[in-house]
Amino acid sequence: MSDETNAQEASPVAAAPEEPGVSAVRLFMTLAVAGAMAGLLIVMVNQFTQPRIIAYKAKMLKLAVTEVLQGPARYDTLYLIDGALTPDLPAGLKPEKQKAIYVGYTEAGEIKGIAIARGESGFQDVVMLIFGIDPATQGLTGMKILASKETPGLGDKIYKDLDFVQQFFEGPTVPLLGVKIGAGDGAPNEIDMITGATISSRAVIRIINNAVTEWEPFFENLDKKPVAARGETK
Amino acid sequence: MTTLTREFTKGLWDEIPLFRIVLGLCPALAVTTTMENGLGMGVAATFVLVCSNGLISLLRNVIPSEVRVACYIVIIAAFVVAVEMLMKAYFFSLSESLGIFIPLIVVNCIILGRAEAFARKNGVLASLADGLGMGLGFTLALTVLATLRELLGAGTLGLVFGERVLLAQPFGFFQQAPGAFVALGILLGLMNVLSKSGK
Repeated sequence: MSDETNAQEASPVAAAPEEPGVSAVRLFMTLAVAGAMAGLLIVMVNQFTQPRIIAYKAKMLKLAVTEVLQGPARYDTLYLIDGALTPDLPAGLKPEKQKAIYVGYTEAGEIKGIAIARGESGFQDVVMLIFGIDPATQGLTGMKILASKETPGLGDKIYKDLDFVQQFFEGPTVPLLGVKIGAGDGAPNEIDMITGATISSRAVIRIINNAVTEWEPFFENLDKKPVAARGETK
Repeated sequence: MTTLTREFTKGLWDEIPLFRIVLGLCPALAVTTTMENGLGMGVAATFVLVCSNGLISLLRNVIPSEVRVACYIVIIAAFVVAVEMLMKAYFFSLSESLGIFIPLIVVNCIILGRAEAFARKNGVLASLADGLGMGLGFTLALTVLATLRELLGAGTLGLVFGERVLLAQPFGFFQQAPGAFVALGILLGLMNVLSKSGK
């Protein structure tokens, strides 16, 4: 009842005539100009900083590929174009926008491992990670979180808890299976999950398993030699 | 003391944002786990505060008061996005560790508060001085809080020394959220004692 009374009392106030002076057009124009100026500023700063941000991300990606493949002698970036892998990016496409895998080679020119980056939702937001896999043994060679907004103190242990991270460098086989600490039976595909960060740990395992499922068909037909050794220029 | 100097210095002690008017608590509690984070957050907020105060003061007679808050937020948001991009380009690791709290500067109470309480009523120079003083005061407060928390909670002072500096076992509680409240409480109490003894 009291709500209705309030509403009745409030309505005449809301219907009261606007104070004269500022026209609706002026209000609208002010906001439009403010929005346009803000947009202009953001676009300018974006133009100025974007090349540097992209270059930095590329540098970090390069470091991450080297880390998860445990120091390959060299690696090639293969882009997925029209359902096939190619080292050559068609003109006009930006490398950072394309789906790609990174094939690492040993000094002798044999495949050491394949690094794959993938992002899927974690607990808070998308968890972006990169991992390395040896196609011959189906064992992982490493994993690194590239970007995540998981809860500080809990979910962020997926990259801060070094015991958890270390497991991915010790060759667990795919598909990975997350187990509670101490509950596993020592199978080679087991990963001990983090207490208090179950969803984030599961996300990491799911992302890797999904990525392997998606890319595995390509593993068979990979060229066994690095691009440079095939006499092509890149 | 000239007016400009007074507008500048009030933010450093008499009205220091975090300790006196207790505004801007969200970043203050969330990112002050290390000295570097505290300082970085403070500098980012200071930049936005000075720019937005200056521009809002410049436009104070143009913006109709009916839409002023919407305009202020648009102006502040534009500067915050600019800061976020600049940090990603030049201070990547810092921007990673501050994460979501950089975009959240948009809703930092101090920045909209100074626009509303000061910049829309005062000249450009005075507003710039006010913004700079308040910003530096905020930076100082965040850095002190973060230094205390890093020293007690992790036993390190990463920005100054590479090694662990606290010889005793660090008290991890201060790195957690409740520890942030306790550390802030200790500092607020200390401020009160100091200002009482000064009178």
